[in-house]
Amino acid sequence: MTSVDFSHKTVEMIDVVKKFGDFTANDRISLTVHRGEVHALLGENGAGKTTLMNCLYGLYRPTEGVIRVNGEDVVISDPNVAIGHGIGMVHQHFKLVEPFTVAENIVLGREPTKTLGRLDMAEAERQVAEISERYGLSVDPQALIQDISVGSQQRVEILKALYRGAEILILDEPTAVLTPSEIKELITIIDNLTSEGKSIIIITHKLHEIKLVADYCTIIRRGTFIDRVEVAKVSEQELAAKMVGRDVSFSVSKSEVVQGDRALTVDNLVVRDNRGIAAVNGLDLQLYHSEILGIAGVDGNGQSQLVEALMGLRQVESGRILLKDHDITHATPRQIIGDHHICSIPEDRQKRGLVLEFDVAENLILETYMRPPFSRRGVLDNGEIYRFADHCAETFDIRPRNTGLQAKSLSGGNQQKVIIAREVSNNPDILVASQPTRGLDVGAIEYVHKALIEQRDNGKAVLLISFELDEIINVADRIAVIFEGRIIGILDGDEADENRIGLLMAGGSA
Amino acid sequence: METFVNDIAFIIGTTLMYSTPLIFAAVGGVITERSGIINIGLEGMMYFGAFVGAAVAYFSGDPWLGFFCAGLAGASLGLLHAIATVSFSAEQIVSGIAMNFLGVGFALFISRLVFDGATQTLTVPKKIPLPLDFLFGEGKLFASSGFMDLVFNRFATVYLAFILVFVAWFVLYKTSLGMRLRAVGEHPEAADSLGISVFKIRYGAVITSGFLAGLGGAAMSIAVVSRFSNTLISGHGFIALAAMIFGKWKPQGALLACLIFGGAKGLEIYMGAKGVPIPSGLLATLPYVLTIVILVGWVGRSQPPASIGKIFDKGEN
Repeated sequence: MTSVDFSHKTVEMIDVVKKFGDFTANDRISLTVHRGEVHALLGENGAGKTTLMNCLYGLYRPTEGVIRVNGEDVVISDPNVAIGHGIGMVHQHFKLVEPFTVAENIVLGREPTKTLGRLDMAEAERQVAEISERYGLSVDPQALIQDISVGSQQRVEILKALYRGAEILILDEPTAVLTPSEIKELITIIDNLTSEGKSIIIITHKLHEIKLVADYCTIIRRGTFIDRVEVAKVSEQELAAKMVGRDVSFSVSKSEVVQGDRALTVDNLVVRDNRGIAAVNGLDLQLYHSEILGIAGVDGNGQSQLVEALMGLRQVESGRILLKDHDITHATPRQIIGDHHICSIPEDRQKRGLVLEFDVAENLILETYMRPPFSRRGVLDNGEIYRFADHCAETFDIRPRNTGLQAKSLSGGNQQKVIIAREVSNNPDILVASQPTRGLDVGAIEYVHKALIEQRDNGKAVLLISFELDEIINVADRIAVIFEGRIIGILDGDEADENRIGLLMAGGSA
Repeated sequence: METFVNDIAFIIGTTLMYSTPLIFAAVGGVITERSGIINIGLEGMMYFGAFVGAAVAYFSGDPWLGFFCAGLAGASLGLLHAIATVSFSAEQIVSGIAMNFLGVGFALFISRLVFDGATQTLTVPKKIPLPLDFLFGEGKLFASSGFMDLVFNRFATVYLAFILVFVAWFVLYKTSLGMRLRAVGEHPEAADSLGISVFKIRYGAVITSGFLAGLGGAAMSIAVVSRFSNTLISGHGFIALAAMIFGKWKPQGALLACLIFGGAKGLEIYMGAKGVPIPSGLLATLPYVLTIVILVGWVGRSQPPASIGKIFDKGEN
């Protein structure tokens, strides 16, 4: 953070306005970045951060306003022009060709060639190795994208920009998909880049990371400029308040509740993944009423398969799942939801949680449409459905209130509210929540946590699966650590500390 | 023994001959689908190419001019398909079906106009030549109707088809153009964000596929036979499409698949000629049945290019 050269402004965006029809996504936003600076662009989901950066990268053309790069007015009509001005962007959803190698992805569009337009892959791999060496971005140039980790894929994206001579690098939500150790690596990479005089703009809503890496921070809210602050001089609390527009509580307040009866027992469960590997491999677990049991672990240790087995979406190889004393190992999803009252907030809310093309009201009755009052003799009663939906929208604060809107038009946080509303109003005995706050901003996260705790306070059993250790520690009453398909340690929420769980998550013993 | 060897040579020879039209069309299919655009209009493009090739060869007396014009005829349909699917994001299957109707419709309509109401052309004065005869003189290099003669003394289109497979493989896998084309087919947004024109690549690929399918049609009408008739191209475009999938969207794979189909055709003709006591109608189904069996039995799951059939929307700018 000492490498900022204040005499040199690399990017200035002045009073940039971007309208889509009648909707103003960016309303006179200004942003200045110096050489060697890490600049955070902070805002809630849908605040217009990505839109602003897409203007800088030439994916959108601003309706009004001036963009200067290195002191000169520029018109960035497409990404090629942006690249020409030394601007590179790493999108939140990587734009990588899966069956291609790392080197092929990096040089694509600017391939080194020999005569007859023949590719010179040896030269490409040499250049890739050279840049990756220089900035400490370790990749295997010959590996296929589909075979490497998400963290490596991100490094490939950064290398793509550097290969094209980027001096200004825009990172869109770079940590959203990374594990804690990968985040540390990314921070080292960012330091290496700024010490070489590069400027970094990082789009994020994670305050913790802003404090870690950024020098300055521009905050926007609902498309308008709120403030520009020096990160060292503000607290996370202040940043959050500026972003959301109200005070946000970070610590989750929980009342003491006595653990209830046993709700669910998982006994020596084995479940295979799509490749036929035993992803859940002899897992034991007990879940009690009036508790939140957190499952901590690194992604890919069998969490998804465990949840799919619990919800009847995946065949159980061996072992048993008992609801009190009732064997539900081979129950169908409808039996599990309807008869056994186990509901879930799925990991992928857009694929499994919602039918995006359906409207909000239809999504709210996905599990109950076949019963009165929503349908009689196979005919839906729209009056009842929309009355119920409006009630849910009010109770669960789904915005906008219009339940006739398609689910896909809602923000991530509100989509999650629709799912929570549906599952909670189904009055389950057990609620399984997989990654319920993934991709949500602080306001929405606070909401989800409150909802989970409320369920627990009402005597329900809650199983919370999350890759975010902070979330598990804050919310769960007991913490089970999953590693290679087994629970390898159970800790009480009070006695849990990050280091100990971290060690278990990596397969060590506590 | 002699007859047995010659029988084998005969089957190999017919296999090569009947595979050729398919190879042209299948390689065209590989190129367009690798760029992400499905072209089930290959059939119509072959049909139109077969007619135009025969008609031009008939009137001009020059089979090569006919061959080239057949390519242009296919390419013109390819251009229509590209306009519909690339510029206007039309559903690719629907547009492909339209191309099949258009190809047949154009061919028969023009045929009726030009050939006095007939839905077939007259016999062309000169077919595509046999290059070995042309270079060395008839029967000079290999003894007439000997093994080598039956296998290797084939129409120029046969040799061209094999060269085409090599060229297509080389371009797709060894040049930057090919890498860009494959990238567009896998992930057009990625290619676009790196300044590659998805639009140009797809136009080029679809038109090329039409051109090659047209050549394939002519390889039928002015090499295998010597005139166009309305049943000459009967499902060959679809067989080529199947061969492309069987060949896992690779030129060399498609070649192999086309040879298998051609081989079944060769067997059919051989058995017909030998008077095997199977009804000829049933025998004629052999290539098709064999294709289905092989497709079902051997191919298993093959992975198409990821963006295939999907609409690429460059978005607001």
